[in-house]
Amino acid sequence: MTRLDVRKTYKLYINGEFPRSESGRSYPALDSHGGVVARVALASRKDLRDAVRAARMAVPLWAGKTGYNRGQILYRIAEMVEDRIETFADQLTLGGLTIARARSEVIRTIDRLVWYAGWCDKFSQVYGNLNPVAGPFFNISAPEPTGVVGVVAPAEPALLGLVSRLAPALAGGNTLVILASEPEPLPAITLAEVLETADVPGGVINILTGSPVELVPWLADHMDVNGLDATGAAEELRIRIDQGSVHNIKRVVAVDDPDTQSPFLIAAFTEVKTVWHPKGL
Amino acid sequence: MSSKAVVPVSAPLDWQYAPSRESTGIVALKERYGLFIDGKFRAPLSKKYFPTINPATEEELAEVPEAGAQDVNRAVVAARRAFDEDWGSLPGKERAKYLFRIARMVQERSRELAVLETMDGGKPIREARDVDLPLVAAHFFYYAGWADKLEYAFPGLHPEPLGVAGQVIPWNFPLMMLAWKLAPALAAGNTVVLKPAETTPLSALHFAELASEAGLPPGVVNIITGAGATGGALVAHPGVDKVAFTGSTSVGKLIRSQLAGSGKRLTLELGGKAAHVIFEDAPLDQAIEGVINGIFFNQGHVCCAGSRLFVQESIHDRFVDKLKRRLSTLRVGDPLDKNTDVGAINSAEQLARITELVEAGQLEGAEIYQPECVLPRNGFWFVPTLFTGVSQSHRIAQEEIFGPVLSIMSFRTPEEAVEKANNTPYGLSAGVWTQKGSRILWMADQLKAGVVWANTYNKFDPSSPFGGYKESGFGREGGRHGLLPYLKGIGL
Amino acid sequence: MALPATAERTSLLPGRINTATLGSYLRSVSTVDEVGVNERVAALSTRSIKKDSKLAALELAVSMMDLTTLEGKDTPGKIAQMCSKAMRPDPVDPSVPSVAAVCIYPAMVPHAIEAVRGSRVKVASVATYFPSGQVDTKLKIEETRRVVELGVDEVDMVIDRGAFLSGQYFKVFDEIRKVKEVCGGAVKLKVILETGELGSLDDVRRTSMLAMSAGADTIKTSTGKVQPAATLPVTLVMLEAIRDFYSATGVQVGMKPAGGIRTSKEAIRFLVVLNETLGSGWMTPDWFRFGASTLLNDVLMQIRWLKTGRYQSADYFTKD
Repeated sequence: MTRLDVRKTYKLYINGEFPRSESGRSYPALDSHGGVVARVALASRKDLRDAVRAARMAVPLWAGKTGYNRGQILYRIAEMVEDRIETFADQLTLGGLTIARARSEVIRTIDRLVWYAGWCDKFSQVYGNLNPVAGPFFNISAPEPTGVVGVVAPAEPALLGLVSRLAPALAGGNTLVILASEPEPLPAITLAEVLETADVPGGVINILTGSPVELVPWLADHMDVNGLDATGAAEELRIRIDQGSVHNIKRVVAVDDPDTQSPFLIAAFTEVKTVWHPKGL
Repeated sequence: MSSKAVVPVSAPLDWQYAPSRESTGIVALKERYGLFIDGKFRAPLSKKYFPTINPATEEELAEVPEAGAQDVNRAVVAARRAFDEDWGSLPGKERAKYLFRIARMVQERSRELAVLETMDGGKPIREARDVDLPLVAAHFFYYAGWADKLEYAFPGLHPEPLGVAGQVIPWNFPLMMLAWKLAPALAAGNTVVLKPAETTPLSALHFAELASEAGLPPGVVNIITGAGATGGALVAHPGVDKVAFTGSTSVGKLIRSQLAGSGKRLTLELGGKAAHVIFEDAPLDQAIEGVINGIFFNQGHVCCAGSRLFVQESIHDRFVDKLKRRLSTLRVGDPLDKNTDVGAINSAEQLARITELVEAGQLEGAEIYQPECVLPRNGFWFVPTLFTGVSQSHRIAQEEIFGPVLSIMSFRTPEEAVEKANNTPYGLSAGVWTQKGSRILWMADQLKAGVVWANTYNKFDPSSPFGGYKESGFGREGGRHGLLPYLKGIGL
Repeated sequence: MALPATAERTSLLPGRINTATLGSYLRSVSTVDEVGVNERVAALSTRSIKKDSKLAALELAVSMMDLTTLEGKDTPGKIAQMCSKAMRPDPVDPSVPSVAAVCIYPAMVPHAIEAVRGSRVKVASVATYFPSGQVDTKLKIEETRRVVELGVDEVDMVIDRGAFLSGQYFKVFDEIRKVKEVCGGAVKLKVILETGELGSLDDVRRTSMLAMSAGADTIKTSTGKVQPAATLPVTLVMLEAIRDFYSATGVQVGMKPAGGIRTSKEAIRFLVVLNETLGSGWMTPDWFRFGASTLLNDVLMQIRWLKTGRYQSADYFTKD
């Protein structure tokens, strides 16, 4: 008799824990032939509310870490993804990719994490500076994290798309609430498991699976979300995002080429603080 | 009813700490080492070896090769091949991953390397463990991240490596100096031949093993051991494009003249005689810690040591009293004891130099203070020493002692402090202690030193540039600026 | 370093003592750099205390404890049990010393005095409307008087933090002075600064100097009712203030960290900081106390592990 496998339950990732949706809902994740692969949680606005709360509580901890420490954690995320290349690749093939293409996506994801890891302790050297003001003053500009950043991950590529949005905001010291790809949610939840083993403190990154149409308006309107990466959002949702951002002047960013990696994506979710101090006896 | 057992209260406790010795079992010492050239350890063509000892016990630890001109040539040729064929054309993101790997491996083997560093050099295990090794890993981690981001380092720069770097490092922070030299050079795409100091060759050789385990392609890093002649042959070798030297000013000058007209790029990190300035409004107890750290950290074998103390006259006596009291809690002795604060002097030669200068200080009329101290019988030791009543012209105020000896002077006004602080051919570092922010910034502007520490001292970070003015050398290590010496096109 | 000819507690203060002159004095007291303090504490925390030196430290720690219960639900029964433990901490090993004192609320004083009669354990009571001190000075003095009449050995008072933070320095000073007067020579006064409510280490140093000038025999970190309570940085700053006070006036003052010290490891760290800041002259229960309750069992377990070579279980030590 063939052995029955023990199927995984896919849950949300909020505050370092894996709860089901408080709504009790779930939806089927399908493969490229329309077959059901697994059911994943269908997050509600209350789950989103809880995720934002967790992200807010984690802000002082994450922003308070040295760039070196954040860099080490980002590098460890890469180590953990590398350790699970096959798991991720298998999940990506469900979306119709060949195994070779899937592996290539995972490898690019790892390399992207390493790239951003290396920015954490040098970004402010490139994006901050002394200002030579015309007077006896010491004047310095330094980038600080914006705070809680919401991310609408692209529908695909299901892993690389999410990480390309996650890594720069994280490197800049922000905490995150991420709406994963709706059609291909599994890599996002596996990533959440990786984050748990990569020394990422609970609450710094929160990942919800569900319907962007349902959740994006709540994210866009949320007064305690400081920034929003709309790169993965469909056109009609982008407008809704812009409207919602008016209430608390969210910084909204949507990148033309989602595959870009650049320190200016880190800058997009930072605030520049300039400090003056007299020089004299 | 329970018995009311009466037990006498204890008398004041004169608390002596029991020895807490770190075990050396973790280090696998060889009896004899080879030169690390082109990915393998090889016997020297010179056929010569010399011993390296533990300065705390004078016991021989191992024999290492004395690389001759042919060995140097072999190493440079290997580095050149590795540059031309492998490393020079490797994409930055792959170079980065080698360096990240090395950083992680250093972290894993930190304890072992720290113990080895203490055995070979004499520094307290607590310092090797808590300061040196973490900084070694941090330097590799920091520069790893630059390897594939060089075009962001300087606007308008099209980053290209120089080729083969010949690097000569000192004995005071052997592995840390190795990291300061290798990390930026490799991140920028160069290959390296590095010579550790003759009294502290072992951690570099163990590092070579580690680098090999990390899969670093052969020839990218080559470690050759030897003394002055080996270093001389390395810097003079025509196959070397770039020379980096940290050590004494006199040898630095020799190298400078040797390289004249050669077209080789050069950076020098030389000696210092840093001024440590304490204003009356300083947070006094923390300033005391800063002064103590500034001169007794690593037995004062520190180029940026705060060796000239300038105390504002109004608080001079009180400050000196506190300093003297603090000296009595410094623990001098076995570097492998985790409670030791001040370890062994690195060599008999260095001990002789320190002794000579301290004698000169007394002869010239300064007043010496040394706490009661029981020193071990074997090994090289010097008691932490203060001199008061020092004048600017005294040898102990002019010459770098490179030992646990502090020369104390006073001043009245900030301008006077600045004038005296800058009155030296050196210009590596300086310290300032005061409550007043504007005064800190004013002093920082006025002091001719490459590193100014305000309300702190001896702080190092891979992202923070370090290097001197004037005869303390030129070029910076650390930070964005630390990449410049290893890239083409800047005309330096 | 020479001490002044006569011990003079108020010699650092201005001739005329009022809020303005005290303010000037307090502002002239040396500032404290927090980063530097934290570094010194971190360095001292790397001291590795082993074998004989560890056992000596732990036994000293027991003898330095003020075993404390300050709860609304305290009863005579609870006091009796705690006093019994105070006199004989380790039921199995009589060579473990008794603690220094028990520390309780005024209402429990008569029960404690009865329970420790004949032993070396002292009775310390809180006073001045501990923990908040938010009443008229008159009432605070009355409470102190009552507690002294009951026969305590020591009084632990709280300073008026609200007065300090709003700049009413004379009120803070005068209250301590009045309480000390009521104590007289026989009763030792500990002054609680409640460092967790003060804004900065500068304020910790200032209140230390103020309290010592006003008559504190011991300065104490906390009531234990506010977090953070006793921390190493705050303790270091207070010990340094004691050192400066001693060298300027010749008056020796004790120190007591209280609240939040739960493990032997932490206790030993406090002793290291004490040892390397003030030296052996203070390494006795006369001049240093731990305000603790749960710490005792951890120290007892560590002592027994050192003596037997076996890791211990909490089941073998009394929970009072």
